Amino acid sequence: MECVFGLVGDGFALIAADTSAVHSILVHKSNEDKIMILDSHKLLGASGEAGDRVQFTEYIQKNVHLYQFRNGIPLTTAAAANFTRGELAIALRKSPYFVNILLAGYDKDIGPSLYYIDYIATLHKIEKGAFGYGSYFSLSMMDRHYHSGMSLEEAVDLADKCIMEIRSRLVVAPPNFVIKIVDKDGAREYAWRESISAA
Amino acid sequence: MSRRYDSRTTIFSPEGRLYQVEYAMEAIGNAGSAIGILATDGVVLVGEKKVTSKLLQTSKSTEKMYKIDDHLACAVAGIMSDANILINTARVQAQRYTFAYQEPMPVEQLVQSLCDTKQGYTQFGGLRPFGVSFLFAGWDSNFGFQLYMSDPSGNYSGWKAAAIGANNQAAQSILKQDYKEDISREDAVQLALKVLSKTMDSTSLTAEKLELAEIFLLPSGEVKYQVCPPEALGKLLVKSGVTQPSVESSS
Repeated sequence: MECVFGLVGDGFALIAADTSAVHSILVHKSNEDKIMILDSHKLLGASGEAGDRVQFTEYIQKNVHLYQFRNGIPLTTAAAANFTRGELAIALRKSPYFVNILLAGYDKDIGPSLYYIDYIATLHKIEKGAFGYGSYFSLSMMDRHYHSGMSLEEAVDLADKCIMEIRSRLVVAPPNFVIKIVDKDGAREYAWRESISAA
Repeated sequence: MSRRYDSRTTIFSPEGRLYQVEYAMEAIGNAGSAIGILATDGVVLVGEKKVTSKLLQTSKSTEKMYKIDDHLACAVAGIMSDANILINTARVQAQRYTFAYQEPMPVEQLVQSLCDTKQGYTQFGGLRPFGVSFLFAGWDSNFGFQLYMSDPSGNYSGWKAAAIGANNQAAQSILKQDYKEDISREDAVQLALKVLSKTMDSTSLTAEKLELAEIFLLPSGEVKYQVCPPEALGKLLVKSGVTQPSVESSS
């Protein structure tokens, strides 16, 4: 089942997510990318109801782009996080989106940051966080091994530890994961961790 | 002949002009003037209060300077009742932005949103345009200190030094001559007072006829909007040599 987690390191933020699209007991797809590149320096990792996830994250992405076109300046990560939270809060009392979000970004003057936004529109600025069944294991792993100012190598190693723990302890563990990072050079895909080939 | 085209705001004359909008700008030419100067460490706004009657209770707060948000203020020239409406919408816009993004609204975005409102009244509904020009002074994290001027047509532009209201062209040309790049806030105040002393109709400048407001950064990094109290303004005027210390006022 779903696993999305992320952490902030020294000069970068990292988000990892499983890549399984499941329905009931069936796996339909094992290369579904659940981490959207929101703009040049933002990552949006999402879990939750599949349709809601795609609809809502695209809605946010398009609005963030619109802001940039209109005003010639990008939203800061904090502003994008608050905007996303606001949209979830408005939707919550109408027809709620079941989406949980980890938003990572890099701002020139602030540096890397990570925000936790859940489907009931909670917003927290965090150093490490996780959603889904995988969170039981990845949060524990990060509690044990995370420290502030981690290098990229250390952080990827910790992400691998989390993935290993999920694969060995979770009954419904997803086979494949994707890791993305954002730093001063922008947001990008970093690596895949596949145990079955994506067919 | 021209009467056919100036009775409605939304109709072009055969020469391609919008008379009502031009008349609105004309109205501002008679209003008390305001000057804004962009300095390296802040923005200075100076305004001329027109004293209509000795019996009129002078307001304790400012008449021409309005704070829109913590990081943004404006000076007004034109019809005050129109201006009050626009200032109110500007304040609402600024708060709405803060509500959505939990960040102060970038200065140009606020100016633009207000000018969209102004423009709307030159095109829709058969209403008259707002007879107001603004000078906006503000600070944001993207572009630092900024000074904008807007007119009734809904045009706006960024300036290093600008003047609106009565005698604005004379003021503008003195500013053009005397403005120096990397001017300090202190010097900007002196310059603004000097320009106003030359362009105002009245013979002597007094603190009662003037308003001075500044926007600058505190050492903590916080943006500060500060209105100069009349007593301090009086001293500034003497210091800059535009008025003699008056004997009667001290008695």
